[in-house]
Amino acid sequence: MTDDANAFQTALSLILGLDPDLLGIVALSLRVSLSAVLIATLIGLPLGAALALWKFPGRGSLIVVLNAFMGLPPVVAGLTVYLLLSRAGPLGELGLLFTPTAMVVAQVILVLPIIAALARQQIEELHGDYHEQLRSMGLSKQRMIPTLLWDARFGLMTVILAGFGRASAEVGAVMIVGGNIEGVTRVMTTAIVLETSKGDLPLALGLGILLLGLVALVNAAAYLIGESARGRLG
Amino acid sequence: MHKTGLILAAAGLAGLSMATQAQEGERFIILASTTSTENSGLFDAILPPFTEATDIEVRVVAVGTGQAFEIARRGDADSLLVHDTEGEKRFVDAGYATERADVMYNDFVVIGPGEDPANIGDADTVADAFGRIAEAVAPFASRGDDSGTHRAEQRLWEAAGVAPDGGWYRELGSGMGPTLNTAAGMDAYVLADRASWVAFENPQALELLFEGDEALFNQYGSLLLSAERHPHLKHDLAEQWHQWLLSHDGQQAIADFEVKGQQLFFPNATK
Repeated sequence: MTDDANAFQTALSLILGLDPDLLGIVALSLRVSLSAVLIATLIGLPLGAALALWKFPGRGSLIVVLNAFMGLPPVVAGLTVYLLLSRAGPLGELGLLFTPTAMVVAQVILVLPIIAALARQQIEELHGDYHEQLRSMGLSKQRMIPTLLWDARFGLMTVILAGFGRASAEVGAVMIVGGNIEGVTRVMTTAIVLETSKGDLPLALGLGILLLGLVALVNAAAYLIGESARGRLG
Repeated sequence: MHKTGLILAAAGLAGLSMATQAQEGERFIILASTTSTENSGLFDAILPPFTEATDIEVRVVAVGTGQAFEIARRGDADSLLVHDTEGEKRFVDAGYATERADVMYNDFVVIGPGEDPANIGDADTVADAFGRIAEAVAPFASRGDDSGTHRAEQRLWEAAGVAPDGGWYRELGSGMGPTLNTAAGMDAYVLADRASWVAFENPQALELLFEGDEALFNQYGSLLLSAERHPHLKHDLAEQWHQWLLSHDGQQAIADFEVKGQQLFFPNATK
């Protein structure tokens, strides 16, 4: 019980103290996860829509694979990116290992299947409802994609937030490819692992509460934007 | 097809990296080291004076000694500071490093529940203590992760003439901190390096029960990596770090570092 109370006090003093090191960690967490989600969204939404509209041999297997990758363990994604970016690996020349860029790459791999698979499902349902209408308007499949994505935007916002949840919560991938270097690649989740391993459980839990608060803020912002857009639609 | 994919990926990554890290300078090295040095706070104490003297930033990747060797072997770190003298010498012999030097030492300690069911508190030697734990079939938490501490623990079982096996011997496959957390949770005996133990904040019923045997000596070494094998590494900067660790200033900074009023690392460079 005392540990829990300590954790809330610690979280509060962390927020009020505005420690510059902590602010750096928070900023990097947001930068890495939001970049990963942005990239995964730009690739995943059109990909999901295309999968929903086109029928081709092997489509079923591709959908199953995509759905399965939603369960990809972060540590496996991290290890794969590590082997790619390591000096002994195919992309080692770039010298990207242990940088925030490597962390973004690993998180894109984790987030992309979630966004693409869930978008595919949403677009497919929407297309099922409206495809007579869309066809009568004489739209080709390529031209349908932006229309369908726009019509599904509120549902897709939740899809993107699910992707952001995955990115901000994972620790296995960023730990391996980032290395948890102080001031360079340390983010909220790796800091929590470090404090836990030092046995400073109140600080670790305090950081966890702070992370949860941050994720809640991002979700609240998305919700407000969605609501105001809905409001304008009437 | 495979090749174009790689080139495209490389181009994309290069663009992404320019976008996200244009502001970072080049005068830094990656140091692969152990969790004991990082968790105790040693680097927070000795890196600022080094960076001030040389304008070189040291970026520490703290992992188990086994993984640290692997990172260096693949050419992903510029410098290496670990604690497994035999492993370090093999690393030099295999041509991955050109020089190894003693930097500092401390010792391992045997931690266990305050009640001490195996009664190791009055054992004469650490081999005796380990033998008593096995005889009492008291829970023992092993790192089980091929770290320097894990390798030291295996040598101690060998010295005790025990092949640890059975439900009482629990291989956790974790770092020092998580292993201490687990040991505290299940009132197990555990071998820890003194620095991690003293800095550890969650001991619960655990206490230091046995210390002081020469077999518990824990030597840390710094390695200069091979320029032949990995020409891309920042060997000039890494050499400055290596020399500074061994210099009067570096050794003094190590000696001055204390946690809770205790000196945790004792400098012993020979030059």
